[in-house]
Amino acid sequence: MSVEEGVFYVIAAITVMGGMGVVFARNVVYSALFLILALLAVAGIFLLLSAEFLALVQILVYGGAVTILVIFALMLTRVQDMPAALDSPQKPFAFLAAAAVLAILILAAVGTTWPGQTEKINAIPLRDFGDALFRTWALPFEIASLVLMVALVGAIVLARGEDGE
Amino acid sequence: MIPMQHFLVLSGILFSLGVYGVLARRSAVLILMAVELMLQAVSINFIAFAVYLAPDAFVGLIFAVFVITVAAAEVGLLLAIVLRIFRNQATANVDEVDVMRW
Repeated sequence: MSVEEGVFYVIAAITVMGGMGVVFARNVVYSALFLILALLAVAGIFLLLSAEFLALVQILVYGGAVTILVIFALMLTRVQDMPAALDSPQKPFAFLAAAAVLAILILAAVGTTWPGQTEKINAIPLRDFGDALFRTWALPFEIASLVLMVALVGAIVLARGEDGE
Repeated sequence: MIPMQHFLVLSGILFSLGVYGVLARRSAVLILMAVELMLQAVSINFIAFAVYLAPDAFVGLIFAVFVITVAAAEVGLLLAIVLRIFRNQATANVDEVDVMRW
């Protein structure tokens, strides 16, 4: 087993641990902290896939902004005061559904022969990536920023209320 | 080298954890966290395919950028909706928010 594989298994274990913490923790604040762990570990996975730029964006956007928003939402809605609100009675069905999804995904991932698959990671130079993003994909990129702006303005309007309270 | 299937299996595990969280949790904020897990799984898949299968198309990486953008928009909007529901009904429990108008 190479060093790279060892690193992968460690980071993958941290990711799965964080994910399990998010869905199984009995305390919502622990859930949010496990979410931060999982998101940072996914940034590590991106690094292993030699997507450095996306790893940095991941840490900035998820590690910073998204988790802060989630913790704000937890704080403002006081979910932790209602332990009954944690798990719904459909938990066994949820478990079955998740197990079925897991089985299908793993079978599909292992059983498929992917056309054109290479054995090693083809690192994409950041320069080429930026070139593609701002030339070939410039229009979708602008539309994405429009979506982001509309969503944030909409969020402000929604949270503020009609009577401007 | 790490085979691509390792990344796909990891993303599958993460995605099914997200499915479980969405179905089993009752608080809208906890459901949002599970949705974030699923989006992460999708990003891992996109990037893995981009670097292993189509090294000169970039499409996977571009899609991962869009996934992150849309996820940020979604989190902001959902926080606003949850706050609104909480102000109107004093709950963030999705089981109790079952009226179409009030």
